[in-house]
This record gives sequence, C-alpha cells and structure tokens, in this order.
Amino acid sequence: MNAPAKPADTEGSLSGAAILRAVKAAGIEYVLSVPDLHTAKGLLAPISTDKDFKLVRVCKEDETLGIAAGLLYGDKRSLILIQYTGFLYAMNAIRGVACEQKLPMVMMIGLLSKEVGVAPQDSKRFGLRIVEPILDVMGIERHYIDLDADIAAITPAIERAYAQSRPVAFLIGRRPS
Amino acid sequence: MMNRTACLEILKKTITDEIVISSYSTASEWIEMNDRPLNYFSHGAMGLCSSHGLGMALALPHKRIIVLDGDGSLLMNLGTLVTLAAAAPKNLVHLVFQNGTYEANGGHPLPKRDVDFAGMARSAGFKRVHSFEDSRNFEQQIGAVLKEEGPVFADILIEQGPLGPRSYEEMYRPERRRKLKEVLQAGG
Repeated sequence: MNAPAKPADTEGSLSGAAILRAVKAAGIEYVLSVPDLHTAKGLLAPISTDKDFKLVRVCKEDETLGIAAGLLYGDKRSLILIQYTGFLYAMNAIRGVACEQKLPMVMMIGLLSKEVGVAPQDSKRFGLRIVEPILDVMGIERHYIDLDADIAAITPAIERAYAQSRPVAFLIGRRPS
Repeated sequence: MMNRTACLEILKKTITDEIVISSYSTASEWIEMNDRPLNYFSHGAMGLCSSHGLGMALALPHKRIIVLDGDGSLLMNLGTLVTLAAAAPKNLVHLVFQNGTYEANGGHPLPKRDVDFAGMARSAGFKRVHSFEDSRNFEQQIGAVLKEEGPVFADILIEQGPLGPRSYEEMYRPERRRKLKEVLQAGG
C-alpha cells in the first residue's frame, strides 16, 4: 500500500489485458479518461472497443471527479484513467470531491516517462518523484503496479475503496503491453 | 436582462421530479426558495457542476437532470461543453446564468463580460440551444425547454445579484447527499 514503491525490475512485463480483467472483476462499468501516452495502447485502446466498458472521453482531468461523483447516485462504479500530469492538474477536484467528501474514486495514473527499473521516488523527473508524497499527504491509498504480479492488488483495493467510501490510486509504472 | 431570483421562482413553478444541481450564488437562492430532497449542491471544486450532472444523467437515465450553472463557473470548465455534447445524455438540461461577474467571489468582472456561451454550446455540438434575455420569454418557454431531448443548453442573461458573504455549510451537509441517494433508491 503506501510504502515507497519497490525498485522495479528491469525485466518483466505488465499486461494491460490482465489489468482490465482486474478492473472488471471489481465491477467497474464506466471509464473516464483523458488519453495518456503511457496507457493509450495497453489500456485505453482496448477499453474503447470493449463492450463491457462505457468510455467517457473528457477534455480535462478534473471533469472526471465530478462525473464519477454523479455516477455514484446510480450506484455506477467508474475508473479514472489519466496521466500523472493530469493528476497534478486535477489536484483541487481530487481534494474537494474525492478526499473531503470521502467518495470512492478509483484513479489509475500513468507514470509517463518513468525510467524502467527505477522507483518513482528515484526518478530523474521531478513530476514523477512528487506523485507518491502528494498521495500520502492527501491520505489516498496507493498501489504501485509495475509488474504482472502487482495486478492482484487491484480488485481487492477497489472493493475496499467502495466498502470504505474513499479514493484509491494505482500508479502504472511501466507501459502496459 | 433578468433577475435571477425571478428566474428561479419561475423554475420552481415549472419543475416537478427533476434532480436540480446548482452551485454558489444560484444554489444559495435556490435552497432558500425550494429546499427539496432532489436538490444536489455541487461542491468541492468550482466549475464541476455540469460534470456532476453528466455523471448523474448517465447513471440515472430515467431521471431528468437540470444543471444550474454560472458563467464564471462554466469558464473554469469550458471543455465540459464538448464532453456533454459528445456524451449526449438525453436527460440533461444545462442552464447557465450569465451576469458577467464572479459574483460569489466578490463581484469582480469576468475577464470578458459579453461571452457568447450559446454560440460556444452550438460549436461544441449541442443541438438544442436557447438564449433568454427577458423574463416574459423565459416564463413562456422554459417549460418546453426543460422537456426537450437533451443535451439542452440555455444561456440566461441576468443582472448581478446581492454579493455575499454567503454560507454554504447548510447546503453542503453530507446528510443532504445521503437523503438524495435514499430518495433515488426508493424510486423517487
């Protein structure tokens, strides 16, 4: 959970199809997204053709927080699929809608340009280094998803977020296949 | 140019079982005149009123959703017009009260006051777009507008209302959101 992410293996892979199976298993129906180069091919492309998902393409990431909140009134679960830069952009909406209202919001955040084999906190990129500390200070449970073995955490973490009515974040380390 | 309170009084007489989503100054006036379980007060981040509305419209296709937005708020989330038009929920009506100011933030003017929001909505892809400048037309037409197939957009030109301070505590109580969900789950 919120321990610093392990240094990632330079070997290994991350299956986009397996991530989506885990998301579906948690009852996610809607995907709210601004395209992220990191996840565009491995996640968003298959989502866009998968009849089990309803994809809502938005213009800016903060919209997703409002839409996700509205969906809750029909008991619809959603996945917010964005890049870490969009996460940073949407900070006030995450603060005000997800955190302060204690709403179950599931964010999958692509760590674009993170070096393979390097943990986010050790990245050369300032923007990547600050993502985990920001989530921690906001009290948002986070999971680092870098290898196929990490995917097993997704479904139970989403179920807990809904059961406890609070947000959760999955940081996508390497580019999903 | 109309008075917002008068517009809201007309809306109050027109609506029945719709969910009404509002924020800031409009929400303050709406709750004073029409406190009901099917009200939802958008808060957490300025500008997201219509995004909350889109989520509800998608999740509750059998319910009519009326969003009461402000021009300052809409400018903070202008992409929402494109998102709404693309998602095209048939049960969503987006009304924007345009007074050219950040009324809830002290009444300072928007960077530009005479923005053509109706034109923007058309360009974004809304098929049904209306503009209201006088209360007579508004009163005559709003009932039909609210029943049109969505997404519907209407720009309502109003004068600036009274400046705050306003308290939002009452409308933002979590109990209100719980009550709304209970009513919806009970089929309301």
